[in-house]
Amino acid sequence: MAEFALPKNSKIQPGKRFPAKPGAKKVREFRVYRWNPDDGANPRIDTYEIDMASCGPMVLDALIKIKNEIDPTLTFRRSCREGICGSCAMNIDGTNTLACTKAIDDCSGSGVPIYPLPHMAVVKDLVPDLTHFYAQYASIKPWLRTQSAPPAKERLQSKQDRARLDGLYECILCACCSTSCPSYWWNGDRYLGPAILLQAYRWIADSRDEDTGERLDQLEDPFRLYRCHTIMNCARTCPKGLNPAKAIAEIKKLMVERRT
Amino acid sequence: MSAYKIQTHEFDMVVVGAGGAGLRATFGLASKGLKTVCITKVFPTRSHTVAAQGGISAALGNMGEDDWRYHYFDTIKGSDWLGDQDAIEYMCKEAPAAIIELEHYGVPFSRTDEGKIYQRPFGGMTTRYGEGPPAERTCAAADRTGHAMLHTLYQQALAHDAQFMIEYFALDLIWDQQGACCGVLALDMAEGTLHLFRGQGTVLATGGYGRAYFSATSAHTCTGDGGGLALRSGLAMQDMEFVQFHPTGIYGAGCLITEGVRGEGGILRNSSGERFMERYAPHYKDLASRDVVSRSMTIEIREGRGVGEHKDHLLLDLTHLGPEVIHEKLPGIAESARIFANVDVSRQPIPVLPTVHYNMGGIPTNYHGEVVQRVGDDPDHVVPGLYAIGEAACVSVHGANRLGSNSLLDLVVFGRSVANRCAQTIKPGAAHRKLADDACDKALANLDRLRNANGGTPTAAIRLNMQRTMQSDAAVFRTSKTLSEGCQKMAEVFASFEDVKVSDRSLVWNSDLIETYELQNLLYNAVATITSAEQRKESRGAHAHEDFPERDDANWQKHTLVKVDEKGKASFEFRPVHMFTLTDDVGVVPPKKRVY
Repeated sequence: MAEFALPKNSKIQPGKRFPAKPGAKKVREFRVYRWNPDDGANPRIDTYEIDMASCGPMVLDALIKIKNEIDPTLTFRRSCREGICGSCAMNIDGTNTLACTKAIDDCSGSGVPIYPLPHMAVVKDLVPDLTHFYAQYASIKPWLRTQSAPPAKERLQSKQDRARLDGLYECILCACCSTSCPSYWWNGDRYLGPAILLQAYRWIADSRDEDTGERLDQLEDPFRLYRCHTIMNCARTCPKGLNPAKAIAEIKKLMVERRT
Repeated sequence: MSAYKIQTHEFDMVVVGAGGAGLRATFGLASKGLKTVCITKVFPTRSHTVAAQGGISAALGNMGEDDWRYHYFDTIKGSDWLGDQDAIEYMCKEAPAAIIELEHYGVPFSRTDEGKIYQRPFGGMTTRYGEGPPAERTCAAADRTGHAMLHTLYQQALAHDAQFMIEYFALDLIWDQQGACCGVLALDMAEGTLHLFRGQGTVLATGGYGRAYFSATSAHTCTGDGGGLALRSGLAMQDMEFVQFHPTGIYGAGCLITEGVRGEGGILRNSSGERFMERYAPHYKDLASRDVVSRSMTIEIREGRGVGEHKDHLLLDLTHLGPEVIHEKLPGIAESARIFANVDVSRQPIPVLPTVHYNMGGIPTNYHGEVVQRVGDDPDHVVPGLYAIGEAACVSVHGANRLGSNSLLDLVVFGRSVANRCAQTIKPGAAHRKLADDACDKALANLDRLRNANGGTPTAAIRLNMQRTMQSDAAVFRTSKTLSEGCQKMAEVFASFEDVKVSDRSLVWNSDLIETYELQNLLYNAVATITSAEQRKESRGAHAHEDFPERDDANWQKHTLVKVDEKGKASFEFRPVHMFTLTDDVGVVPPKKRVY
């Protein structure tokens, strides 16, 4: 009988504890995944106690406070701090989201667990390797494709046609949805995942685009599209309130329609 | 310095930065047949262009009367006559074609009933040379125009198969002995390895340095890296004293609330509910230019008409706009206001405060994007091999105060312009300039020092000192006293960098080291800013000097050039403002009193 075990170095060890300064009034605990490829050690969970009286309201505020005042080696991506750049996507309190728009008060329990986006190779601490995700994005040729010559002025688009892009173009490529999708966990090498399929549909839905047939052809594949099993984690986790599952369903519907 | 291994890569063109300007330049250059690489410290769609909200200006006239000449006039008036009129002519004339190009690339602009690009009013944008009604000139994709544009530009870069080095951090510019820029030394953050990117031309598209201040709408990554590279190379920066405060940052969080809110009819109110802008700008009211509105707000607060427990902010009211306008035109700020101010904008006003937003100053260039310096009597000497575009540059199209929605325009117009220029002046595959054996030594010495820095003050502590100093002493209003104290304090903060402590000694993704480099860049920019402000004895645009409240054209209608040496000491020269145009399509606009 086959035996299964996790590789030795995947086991997460207990880490260091950084207690709050004496006199701290409103202490909140953050349990943060740490892994540094340089030191050869297993991943660990470090625990930081933060005095909420001197910390901003968002999880990103706590991470920055840790980095600035307690442990400058803590490593994570961040940029805009207002939920539009998609850098600080991570798994907080069990859900993939953006650290900058996740309020600490909305986290359950006494300790807030913070992990990198699930099922991605970790570069260091909370920084996942998104190379493959980006390559999948490029693979759908996500740009306006037309055959007709462009007019001298703008291509006209009715308000109704433009409204079809709402809920699609706002995607920030944070990868929260794709990395929450069990199907993407198992088949991420070949399944495009919700984020990229949402982007694919963004162009199919655009009245100005003239390459729908080719776009659908490229998706007509047991893995690229059809590994979506409508689990709906994507829609539940999206920090921008988008619904990739619906976009995927629209693509599947078009596939059926063009066959009949 | 042989301990450090460097891999060399040869390209025709090296672009540093992948925001709107860097991306437009990158695929522009690639499409001209120049072998181009774009080095960026963040994945392109994370660049701060993504956070622009309200729109991009161009006199398309989709919503009513407009003419690029009106746009030209407004931009000059907005600049308080410090903008170069040849460059402004170029930008405003090119604007309509630039927007059409973006639309053809696929930017999801909002639409009019006829299906054309939707345009909204913005501050300082008028018709009939400031005599007519507000112009509807700012092309918008709801209130996510920067996001829509940046993603589209990245998609175009993919379509052109442009080459990117993502999460590479530019350490220093590399020069030959004749003073030509030969490329950039960069650190691959994921591996910790060093790479020399050789280019016949190097384009700095690194954005602004808002994070020199404590409270800014700018992203954490807006650290003026291009300015830092230029200043450390001994180049002069231009007009660094002009820092734009956006009237409506969310109180506390500092996140941006677009001027488009006022463009759609939103109103600023004080503690008595008064629409106070009527007193300061009787004609255009809430749609006066940003420096005027920010000053008016600061006066309201100072005179005790602020709101809140400390009477230290004001209110932006859009409750009268109705849910339909908010849903269709302003959905993003409704989300931001809910998350960061706990406000339902259809029922409650947003608490706002003028917040650092944009740097008019930067690396001086001509309208081709070529970096220029004063050399002897020549104020327009072109630095061989070096270009700058976007917020990192000072062309100067924004002068002493930028008009809202002119910055997204600046990115695409000059990103394209630099590509066109290089297509004419650079031969694909030509031999690279010869580098001396020690060309990288200075850069490596800096790296070695910072990597191993083991002083007594962590990076974050020095950064906080800088941010507090700049916030208090180079604010909306300045006085001789605050400025001279600020210069003194900044000198001390700059010197304290000698004692910096870096804790992370690892090679892979050492963000402690990167933040230390960013701090070094910020410190050079901050010193350049506060010393430039101290020496300008007048008030113009965003530089409001209370001891010299009037604009002084006789003595100060000129660009400040500032260099900062390794000890943090600043020195000054000047360049004349270009009071001439490129063609006869439009006339020079002579200075006059600026009233909105």
